[in-house]
Amino acid sequence: MDWLTLFEIGLTGLASGGLYALAALAFVMVYKATRVVNLAIGEMLMAGAYLFFTFAAMFALPLWLAIPAAVLAAGVLGGVIERTMIRPLLGEPPISVFMVTIGLGSVLVGLVEVIWSADQRRLPDFLPSDPIMVGEAFLAPKVFWGAVIAAVFIAAVLLVFRFWRGGVALRATAGDQAAAYSVGINVPRVFSLSWVVAAMIAAVSGIVVGSIGGISSAMGVFGLSVLVVVIVGGLDSVLGALVAGLLVGVIEALAGFYLGGEYKLLATFIVLVAVLMLRPYGLFGTHEIERL
Amino acid sequence: MRIGTLKESYLADAALFDSRTQKAWLLVLAAALVLFPFFAGSYWLYLACLVAINVASASGLNILTGYTGLVSLGQAAFMGLGAYTVAVLEQRLGTPFLLNLLAGGVVAMLGGLVVGIPSLRVKGLYLAIVTIAASFIAHFLFANFQLTGGTAGLAVPPAEFFGVLLDTSFKLYWVIVPVTVLMLVGSANLFRTRIGRAFIAIRDRDISAEVLGIPLLRTKLLSFGLSSFYAGVAGGLWAYFFRVVTPESFPLSMSIFFLAAIIVGGMGTQLGAVLGAIFMTLVPEVLKLVVDVLPGGASLTVFLSPVRTIVFGLLIIGFLVFEPQGLAEVWRRIRRFFHLWPFRT
Repeated sequence: MDWLTLFEIGLTGLASGGLYALAALAFVMVYKATRVVNLAIGEMLMAGAYLFFTFAAMFALPLWLAIPAAVLAAGVLGGVIERTMIRPLLGEPPISVFMVTIGLGSVLVGLVEVIWSADQRRLPDFLPSDPIMVGEAFLAPKVFWGAVIAAVFIAAVLLVFRFWRGGVALRATAGDQAAAYSVGINVPRVFSLSWVVAAMIAAVSGIVVGSIGGISSAMGVFGLSVLVVVIVGGLDSVLGALVAGLLVGVIEALAGFYLGGEYKLLATFIVLVAVLMLRPYGLFGTHEIERL
Repeated sequence: MRIGTLKESYLADAALFDSRTQKAWLLVLAAALVLFPFFAGSYWLYLACLVAINVASASGLNILTGYTGLVSLGQAAFMGLGAYTVAVLEQRLGTPFLLNLLAGGVVAMLGGLVVGIPSLRVKGLYLAIVTIAASFIAHFLFANFQLTGGTAGLAVPPAEFFGVLLDTSFKLYWVIVPVTVLMLVGSANLFRTRIGRAFIAIRDRDISAEVLGIPLLRTKLLSFGLSSFYAGVAGGLWAYFFRVVTPESFPLSMSIFFLAAIIVGGMGTQLGAVLGAIFMTLVPEVLKLVVDVLPGGASLTVFLSPVRTIVFGLLIIGFLVFEPQGLAEVWRRIRRFFHLWPFRT
């Protein structure tokens, strides 16, 4: 056992875990506000990355313009999705809504393949490529900067939702819908807002993930790991998403290094089953009490 | 509410098919199923076998998801268990065909019982994710286990049934379709029994069901077991039909396909699972035919696979938004229209 290697692997894992945490944040935001389990999270990530690809590589916009444009476009997409697919299903059983997001994922993948073809593509490089040394340990520069961006965004999102009026409204809706209605919060608008914001966050993490590993129509697989993260953390817990994101990142990195790449998903899923057996609502999720 | 049907005994009320018209049409359907292989080309026979296998598996998932209310995304993995069991038995031991199918079902059932264990503590979407996890673990085992031949998979020798080598779609049709029909009758009858009723009670409200004296864990496990038994037998048929089994044969998208099939068909109805599986299997083929007919078809074939993906997604969304009861409800509406025609009911 080489402690330096272990440290390096752990660091890489933490860094990629940061990205999981960011994407999981997008998921938790939608779930908290609207109780919708969004299985299309990986595909929304992919859509954001492809939008960025369009703006940056096909329209040749400069980076400072392409990134906001892609994020805004993703926000619009999120709004459209909420209006056309999620809103009509308000009050339907959770499995229906959950299947709609599966359908949505399928539609997004198909659209990406029709418009951009299924080939793997590279996003324009914008992350610095000088090697990063933490003490003695080496960290891939793209992964490091990706983690930094993720951390900054997570902090920004948390701050915004602490102090901005819309954020307060969203948290109020998550806490108690009826009470939120009665103090004059426009709950349907909060639903739209949560989808728009989630799509934007997903787009940011999609851009970062894509610039690390390239983009393709199979990028949605990233969503599976995100799903594991939110389930392990507890569907409705922001703290859970952050902790579980880092945890899953580290576990994947360790399993990938010591056992081989094909063990990555296996290890995370085994952790998932183990956590659920011990804590059925995830590490930090709310234990729902059923009444008859 | 249907009018014009008066029942005079409990037996008549509980009958699977209650009117004479229904029985007459059933005879027509049976005759059509028997005559079909003699008139259809090999492509259509191939499709018919595929449809029958999918119907069997979808009706199994319907027991679990439609009637017991436990969402599962592991149906393909259970089919894989059945298929691998059949492949190994046929290759290594050469045991008789029907025994292999049964063994495939039983092995898948055991797998289902194991996966079902968390279902007492874990509910709803958490459970759906557990089944995803189970299907990934199964995929990993298939790919890394000596017995299953690794990523290359196993080749399955054609089945032999009373001395007849089942190597064409035409011959397989005579095995696959009867097995499927048998399984459909089985599941239709299941919901006239105490156990089936217990499943429905659990779906509607599991705590109330427990208060009524239904043992939750045992019944939920039974539902998991039955549903994966169906999947296992369907997987066994699948193995004999395609004659090669690889870990990639049973991806997560296949489980999604079955869930989509019962949603499009109408969850919690026998007819729904059948119609949904037929519909979802045939739509991609119809798309292919349409592309072939369109002018400039050759240049469009590039788009065939993504368009299929889009149509698949749109079908799920469209049915959930506009016709949540699925094709079974459409069918019921059509039937009601003709029931007392020309009078409006």
